[in-house]
Amino acid sequence: MLKRTKLNGKILSLFLLVVLGMNLTVAGLSQERKELVLATTTSTRDSGLLDHLLPVFEAKTGYKVKVLAVGTGQAIKIGEMGDCDVILVHSRAAEDKFVADGYGVNRRDVMYNDYILVGPGNDPARIKGLSVKEALRALARGKGVFISRGDDSGTHKKELELWASVGIKPEGQWYKAIGKGMGDTLIMANELGAYTLTDRGTYASMKTRLDLEPLVFGDEALFNPYGVIAVNPERHPAVNYEGAMAFIEFITSAEAKEIINGYVVNGEQLFIAE
Amino acid sequence: MLLTSLKEGIKLILSGNTELYLIIGRSLFVSSMAVLIAGIIGIPLAFAAGLNNFPGKSWFIKILYVCMGLPPVLVGLVVFILLSRSGPIGKHVYLLFTPAAMIIAQVILALPIITGLIITAVEEKAEPIILTCRGLGANQRQLTWTLLGELKLSIVTGIVAAFGRVIAEVGAVTLVGGDIEGYTRVLTTAIVLESRKGNFELALALGLILLTISFIINTALYHWQYRR
Repeated sequence: MLKRTKLNGKILSLFLLVVLGMNLTVAGLSQERKELVLATTTSTRDSGLLDHLLPVFEAKTGYKVKVLAVGTGQAIKIGEMGDCDVILVHSRAAEDKFVADGYGVNRRDVMYNDYILVGPGNDPARIKGLSVKEALRALARGKGVFISRGDDSGTHKKELELWASVGIKPEGQWYKAIGKGMGDTLIMANELGAYTLTDRGTYASMKTRLDLEPLVFGDEALFNPYGVIAVNPERHPAVNYEGAMAFIEFITSAEAKEIINGYVVNGEQLFIAE
Repeated sequence: MLLTSLKEGIKLILSGNTELYLIIGRSLFVSSMAVLIAGIIGIPLAFAAGLNNFPGKSWFIKILYVCMGLPPVLVGLVVFILLSRSGPIGKHVYLLFTPAAMIIAQVILALPIITGLIITAVEEKAEPIILTCRGLGANQRQLTWTLLGELKLSIVTGIVAAFGRVIAEVGAVTLVGGDIEGYTRVLTTAIVLESRKGNFELALALGLILLTISFIINTALYHWQYRR
């Protein structure tokens, strides 16, 4: 009899736990409305810039921003499905298509940084100081290994654009598409003594841990602009359009520009506000 | 590097870093809720299916076994699509990028493991137990408790295996949870994030914490299992 009461007690406490858990979960959901979901790229979050921008925005407007850091391709897809309120990405062609297809509204330029070609110090393909086009042609001769993000991200799309601009179809032993984020790609390039295309921000934030050197940069073709776009509320009425517009207004304001231009990592300014 | 991370891991735990405790708590909460729900559905289901014969039973079990090896990323993607504002469920209840979504995905991963492991034991051992109990004149309630007691080992094994799978899983929780700081970030997604940033020591330290938690829980269940 005693044993049974004990067991019943256990079952009861188990159920209480379930109920409590459900409540906690539901409580987590119902504080909505004042929340804003921002889908952005790993490069933006991993650079640390958002940690400086978002607290200011949150204090000003009272919104709580939830950041989804994914690839540009996935961020845009999440926007198309109506699962975020605003996107901050860097792939102009994809952004324009997102707006033209009616998924996004009110696109604004936010800032830019630039891409750089990095590689091992001994530079087996001899690309140091070349223009981007010359460097790509040199890499395609196969004297080194080139690692591609291969993940449909903004950086990956940029890389494919660059290859297309010199009419080279990158394939062969020297070209490895790995389907990973920027940090992973830099780490892998570092391990293999390989070349890769990176945004300056991620590289600067990791460079103390890498033996890779910037070899090609400053070329206009390596310009990397970021855009902010609100998800179209006509398409997805449930999105927080008001919050999205408040965010767009903030991130293009003079105050945000100052924060962006003043953000320095390892001695390097990572982004330049538009 | 492994030694430094071990030190760093211990330092981290002792540092009183609230975010870390919250991440650990969230991992435990999401995964235990998932296993609990999967157990509440899976244990009766395993007994019902194991003790009765019904048409298509062999197919049911085959499919169940296949589902024990479901790729987490695939489960995450399907749950994402279902819960999306553009999906069939998300239109009515919106749970995407919440701990609830993570629990749903993990229930789907845990359920076949719990059910599959217990059903095997039920099929193998239940019949003689039932015959004996009936012979001794036990009523339905006594029979149920005896069965649960005799099959305790398999039930615990199922729960341990399922818990081990979901707490170590990263593909599904990343997709449906979104790895939002302070909200849906758990130990595994934090490990991915720190590795990507190149903070290998911190990532390893988090990994060690995850292993320690699994070890503590497994030890507790192990002792409970052999307690009599």
